[in-house]
Amino acid sequence: MTDHRPSSDSRTAILGRLRASSETGPLPSLDTAVLERRQWPAAERVVRLRKGMEAVHTEFLEATTNTWPAVVRAFCDREGLKNLLFGPTSEAGAALARSWAPGGTQLMPYDRPVEAFKQELFTGVDAGFTGTVGGVAETGGLLLMPGPAEPRLLSLVPPVHIAMLRASTIQDSFWSAVKALGWGRSLPANALLISGPSKTADIEQTLAYGVHGPKRLIVVLVNDLT
Amino acid sequence: MHAETEVLFRDSAAKALLDPQLRANFRRAMDGLMAKRRAQFPDPSDLQDMRHLSTAIRSRSLLNLPDLLEQFEANCTKNGIQVHWAETCEQANELILGILRSKGAKTLVKGKSMVSEEMHLNAFLEERGIEALESDLGEYIIQLDGETPSHIIMPAIHKNKDQIARQFSQKIKDAKYTEDVDELTAMARRVLRQKFLDADAGLSGVNFAVAETGTLCLVENEGNGRMSTHVPPLHIAVMGLEKVVARLEDVAPLYAILTRSATGQAVSTYFNLITGPRGMEEMDGPEEVHVVILDNGRSRMYADPQLRATLRCIRCGACMNHCPVYTRVGGHAYEAVYPGPIGKILTPQMEGVGVRHDLIHGSSLCGACAEVCPVEIPIPDILVRLRREATHEDVGSNVIGKGTGRTATEDWAWRLWAGVLKRPTLYRVASWFATRFGRALPSSAPLIKDWTQSRSKPVPARRSLSERVRAEGVPHD
Repeated sequence: MTDHRPSSDSRTAILGRLRASSETGPLPSLDTAVLERRQWPAAERVVRLRKGMEAVHTEFLEATTNTWPAVVRAFCDREGLKNLLFGPTSEAGAALARSWAPGGTQLMPYDRPVEAFKQELFTGVDAGFTGTVGGVAETGGLLLMPGPAEPRLLSLVPPVHIAMLRASTIQDSFWSAVKALGWGRSLPANALLISGPSKTADIEQTLAYGVHGPKRLIVVLVNDLT
Repeated sequence: MHAETEVLFRDSAAKALLDPQLRANFRRAMDGLMAKRRAQFPDPSDLQDMRHLSTAIRSRSLLNLPDLLEQFEANCTKNGIQVHWAETCEQANELILGILRSKGAKTLVKGKSMVSEEMHLNAFLEERGIEALESDLGEYIIQLDGETPSHIIMPAIHKNKDQIARQFSQKIKDAKYTEDVDELTAMARRVLRQKFLDADAGLSGVNFAVAETGTLCLVENEGNGRMSTHVPPLHIAVMGLEKVVARLEDVAPLYAILTRSATGQAVSTYFNLITGPRGMEEMDGPEEVHVVILDNGRSRMYADPQLRATLRCIRCGACMNHCPVYTRVGGHAYEAVYPGPIGKILTPQMEGVGVRHDLIHGSSLCGACAEVCPVEIPIPDILVRLRREATHEDVGSNVIGKGTGRTATEDWAWRLWAGVLKRPTLYRVASWFATRFGRALPSSAPLIKDWTQSRSKPVPARRSLSERVRAEGVPHD
């Protein structure tokens, strides 16, 4: 059976049916007390985030505002990574590039449309580096806003994802983060929460890591709490 | 009378019960899921607060549904996402085919989408020369065998690793036989990464559609959803029209209760918010994003004040994991896209209460589903309502197939029953016969047989209560 009716006809018909049966009345009230209860002091937010993310195999590297580029570098050298893809115009990316000494892991800028190096991105890149715009203490999680400075695939295609997180940006919950970051008012084309490396339990409920996305997630945790 | 195409859940469930492997696979998985969910809700009052809030958010969304859909559409359009509307699955399939053909797309990688299962999109596209490849590991496993999902969240839950190991070694090129889950996962990764790289288009479902921002929210653990929606140059999303929520902050509690109810996870690996195609300055992301909004019977459910609650569903699957029927027979026995308790109310409302008569009756009405439902859908009440709809042609009801589940035998039995109860003398005669000769009635007698198939035959007392009262008198002071 085929149905070639245009979308606009269906739109009119569907909305017409919904309007015919929608009643006006008071909306049920939203009691968000259960969400507001989820609050912790800054230091505890760090502990909670770490605990939540470590439970799903995220690895943490501790750093300070000054040392984090060196911590990233030391990790790359230790792991013998061939290269590290990064966004050269992002704030964190630019800071990383400034401190990157020649030799060892090669810093590779993601500065051209993906079509120009898609095959290489999928097969020839060892790790990707991104900053974050925040974290979620309640469950553990990083908040990212990919875009021109930090392309979407940086945190997805390379087998290792290294993300820099400032402790001061960790929010209580995803709910409070959405409000604090003003995501409800305007959102970039892509925003996301990441809580660990890619995983699946589709075979006998057995957890396996690194199914489609990164096999390892490394958080460089910058302690900037005063 | 029942339609010819009637599917008998009773028969397929009986067959499933005789399969010890299937039962063991489900038992293990469902016990695990129930325990994990329980561990996520240590505080019962917290859970109730979360459920009430989630129910209120979904109810508000439905109350404002037409306005929210229009707002969602306007914001999507502003963001560069193209919105399409389809009343039927056939129409949605044609729309998607049209989009794919306009871009010359020959291969499609898919993130998990139950709406696309509802549309039977894969078969539709394959018949027209377009490869539609499932990339969620569970969906990939069942697609290799030409099967359908047996669970809405864990589609390959009916298989154990030995079965998957055999299947991979036979169907994946250069694959060796291994029962190691990590190695099996790595094999799928190798095959599918190449597919993501080569695909002309990607398709996904939508967990939540945000009206205020024009955003598509996707919940997943594997990263195949992100791959399908960010790597190919074209992304098409499909969603049921009920998925829209007013504000992004309303999505947060729904997301929190979804992952906890579904798989007992506090949070999924990824929560992906898509608000537009690749921007002018962006290096990656799809050049075009389309969203197809599907009705397929939903606006009919919406029109009925009681049945509207069906549309609150956030597709967590907790009702299946806790259902004493589902956990024993598995998802395939339902012969429906949506199995388990939610499927028992959804499928008959989409396909007709007459043809899926057996589904509405395949429940003990124990209430476990309603107890765990994160948005408090009264599934047993709706089942009872649909049972009535199947045998009555109530004026004002718009339920599809109403009255078509009526059978002559049942009609006759009720008429006889009413006739006897209305006439005291006849009732006395009938109960005299039942008490004296009821025992002699063989278990295999018609009507009684249905009951005695799996239960012992009820044995009437030798004398009825009213006879004894009359003979012995009632002591009263």
